[in-house]
Amino acid sequence: MHAPDVINGLAIEVTGLAKHVTSNQARLTILSGLQLAVPQRETLAILGASGSGKSTLLGLLAGLDTPSDGKVLINAQDIALLDEDGRAALRGRSMGFVFQSFQLLPSLTALENVMLPLQLAGRDDAAGQAKAALNRVGLEQRATHYPRQLSGGEQQRVAIARAFAPKPAILFADEPTGNLDAATGQRIIDLLFELNAETGTTLVLVTHDAALAARCQRRLQLIDGRLEPI
Amino acid sequence: MNSLGMAWRQLRSAWLAGEVRVLLLALVLAVGAMTAVGFFTDRIQSALNRQGSQLLGADMVVVADHAIPEKYRLEAAKLGLNAAQTLDFPSMVVHGNASHLAEIKAINGGYPLRGELTIAAQAFGAGRNTQGAPESGSVWIEPRLASLLEVAVGDSIAVGERQLRVAALLQHEPARGGDMFNIAPHLLMNEADIASTKLIQYGSRIKYQLLLAGSAVTTATYSGWIKPLLARGERLEDVKSARPEIRSALEKAQQFLGLASMASVILAMVAMSLAALPFVQGHLDTFALMRCFGASRRLIMRVLIQQALLLGLIGSLLGCVLGYMAQAGLAALAGSLFVEALPPPSWTPALAGLIAGFAAMLGVVWPHLQRLGDVPALRILRRDLGDLDAAGWLAYLPGLAVMIALIFWHAHNLKLGLVTLAGLLALLLVSAGLALLGGRLLRQLPLGSSSAWKLGIAGLMRRPAMAVAQVIGLSLGLMALILLALVRGDLLHSWQASLPADAPNRFIINIQPNQIADMQSFLSGSGIGTTTVLPMVRGRLIAVNDKPLVPAQYQDDRARRLVEREFNLSWTAQMQADNKILAGRWWRADEQGKPMLSLEQGIAENLGIRLGDRLTYDVGGTPITLSVTSLRKVEWDSMHVNFFAVAPPGVLDQFPASYITSFHLPLGQEATLNQLVKRFPNLTIIDVAALMQQVRDIMDKMVYAVQYVFGFSLLAGLAVLYAALVATREERTREATLLRVLGASRRQVVMATMAEFFCMGLLAAVIATLAASTLAYYISAHLLDIPYAFNFGLAMIALVSACVLVPLAAWLGVRGLLNQPPRQILHSI
Repeated sequence: MHAPDVINGLAIEVTGLAKHVTSNQARLTILSGLQLAVPQRETLAILGASGSGKSTLLGLLAGLDTPSDGKVLINAQDIALLDEDGRAALRGRSMGFVFQSFQLLPSLTALENVMLPLQLAGRDDAAGQAKAALNRVGLEQRATHYPRQLSGGEQQRVAIARAFAPKPAILFADEPTGNLDAATGQRIIDLLFELNAETGTTLVLVTHDAALAARCQRRLQLIDGRLEPI
Repeated sequence: MNSLGMAWRQLRSAWLAGEVRVLLLALVLAVGAMTAVGFFTDRIQSALNRQGSQLLGADMVVVADHAIPEKYRLEAAKLGLNAAQTLDFPSMVVHGNASHLAEIKAINGGYPLRGELTIAAQAFGAGRNTQGAPESGSVWIEPRLASLLEVAVGDSIAVGERQLRVAALLQHEPARGGDMFNIAPHLLMNEADIASTKLIQYGSRIKYQLLLAGSAVTTATYSGWIKPLLARGERLEDVKSARPEIRSALEKAQQFLGLASMASVILAMVAMSLAALPFVQGHLDTFALMRCFGASRRLIMRVLIQQALLLGLIGSLLGCVLGYMAQAGLAALAGSLFVEALPPPSWTPALAGLIAGFAAMLGVVWPHLQRLGDVPALRILRRDLGDLDAAGWLAYLPGLAVMIALIFWHAHNLKLGLVTLAGLLALLLVSAGLALLGGRLLRQLPLGSSSAWKLGIAGLMRRPAMAVAQVIGLSLGLMALILLALVRGDLLHSWQASLPADAPNRFIINIQPNQIADMQSFLSGSGIGTTTVLPMVRGRLIAVNDKPLVPAQYQDDRARRLVEREFNLSWTAQMQADNKILAGRWWRADEQGKPMLSLEQGIAENLGIRLGDRLTYDVGGTPITLSVTSLRKVEWDSMHVNFFAVAPPGVLDQFPASYITSFHLPLGQEATLNQLVKRFPNLTIIDVAALMQQVRDIMDKMVYAVQYVFGFSLLAGLAVLYAALVATREERTREATLLRVLGASRRQVVMATMAEFFCMGLLAAVIATLAASTLAYYISAHLLDIPYAFNFGLAMIALVSACVLVPLAAWLGVRGLLNQPPRQILHSI
């Protein structure tokens, strides 16, 4: 699962994407007519103020949510043509995630958390690969610890190990330093980009932190439901 | 991927995180209670059956009006059953100038197979227990035959053409079957002497009996084998067809036990339903994350079902072990109370417990499985998505179905099952109604500035569905406790009181009208009071609605025998206190002399007689026709004189009648009886003390057993209370922490929590007291036929303790959390 699914193609292609939500009879448009093309191996930052729809966009790109209109193609696969399980399988095959709130399962150890996506993908040596991934983020000593026994930075490193362990084609990161202090955040970012460079993964980073965004090859800003270059 | 491994790992982690403990505990308790009750009732049942067998003298008896076919005996021998054969026939017995009709029993083998005979040299007083037949050439006779013939031990009497020596007086014989008022005194002899009496001839009225005893399995096998083979004139009698007094006591005992185990089942299921919520809630994030990382819906459902099955397996196995240990402890405790050691339990209850455990687990987790399978992956980004709400009544249907199935399984009685179900439904509706109404009332309360109360009530209102569920859970738990107290104290006491220590233990029959006054003054002079003296006329039922009766027209053996023999008809103006009219009405004072008849319901059912039917009896050659104007239920186990058929005074008075009475003879006054018989030689005294002692023994043992079994219901009730408190603990913790962060004092948070639980406890206690009293009333009035009185004191105790203990338990639950700084708790949730 090293190589991206489509050589030299686009990792993500989005056309005319729109998302509306209806509440109290009022229709609220979060995204509309959004276009985006992300080549393989690119690192892209999406910036935006709070409430601008960054997380909604991320959810749509990852197939966690369905658009009101428009198309999302992941490695040339139209995700609208897949059912919920199909989208889940696609995520398992080609995507990794790093979240602001780490999203480790409190009932699993660090190692078991890293093993989870590997197991779901049916990898033979889930434990071995997970251990290697924990090694890479420097947490081999913490493998049997539960999330509550780890600091915030350690938890995010486990999450990064989990994201990279299955060697996904695309990695989505949602404010990965949002819950961390500046120094820890810096170390997490270094780690994220190091691993990204090693594996050649396409990275889509959602943040409101301009300094973090500056480390990406391309930066787009989400304003009024559309993406604009900075 | 290996979903089972994942299911196991998650389950193990959930155990460590504490999400699964209450659920597993509830399941272990549920299965433990079910199997303990199952194992124990299984053992008690077989012990009781053995006790019943002692009355029959065997586990079952093949009765025939001809010699028992050889193949019946051979099959019994093949199965390894113990066997004994007897011949019963009436014959005159002569001593000097005196002669009297006796019921002769010739014995071959170890009669009786169950229980023992008591023989002695004197009529009353200490005797010794024995089994087997008298030695060849000797007989044992009942004291009344001895006094009628004026023989003493050592004398010889003539039985047919043979002189036999009276070796002992027969004080007690367990298997004294048949109608105790109709049969002549007993004489036991050795079968080897029968031929020499020359009494067995063609056409003799002989009852041949093959007595059998063995394990439950072999007797059941034999019974299944012989039933289709039974020819005309042959029948199989077992414990169930033993004396009505014992049967009635046994049935009540079984109802008590059924009730106790049912209470455990209901409570345990409620506890599990409540405990399933935190378990399921804990899975939401896991499954959302699994969805995010590519898990299919099928995989998630599979993992969940496997977890439910794993939990079901672990919980059921642990429960079975607990149940087995608990009943073993009980058996050790109860051992001394039973005549013999309790028979070992069968494995059926364990199997039943396993099945019930799995069913219960799937039942309570199933509704949540569906919704967990649908948990949106987007929950990872938006925490508010996919939260489970406690409501959705439809979702609880599978669990309810399992509970209903278990109720009927444990009730052993359709009526009891239906009543319990209806009661439960009513309780649910009333609880929900009262809880909602109570909530509305609480909101209207002028609480002034007490912010704790406001916060508490707001907390209650925030989760109306959960609050109702908790109130129902609490009510059920409390109801079990109150019912336990009621049953333990009041009901069992009433049951025992229905057979008081001074209940009649002797009957006198054959009293002549001119002897009544003398006999009564004799008895009261000896310090013995009699109960009512009732007249008795013998008549054969010959026609129903003018259609002549032919015994052969009845398929049922019992009905046929009822028609073949003479009825004892009686008359009285007032109905006996222990009788109850089920249909029709009793006669008025101005209806004396009218051709009316009140029939016992059981016999009417057996003979297919309905209210309004006209029955014609042949009384001493004169036909008399009476209309059935009422059907009565008779408390046979009260030991008072009772009749199947009773007419108003003035209908049967012209026929020659003898009188019958019953009285209580205090222990040690047996000598009085000797004087009574000397003074009125024609009187026949029947000793039912032993029979009564057996009934009372069963009651005593059952009271003990039922109390123990209800102990499990008590544990299950406590589990419900606990689960109800734990169900919302996480949410409550989050709220309490938030309140603390926002500046609420520790005291305010504690007071708010306690206020909330005080309201819940109060509501639950009111509902539980009402429900328990209604249920206790129903049980006593309709199922056990014993009087019921509302126990006000107990209701008050329940009310006060619920209002104190429920908030206290809640306080204990949040206390630890409040001692930690909010930051730490915020971090952990």
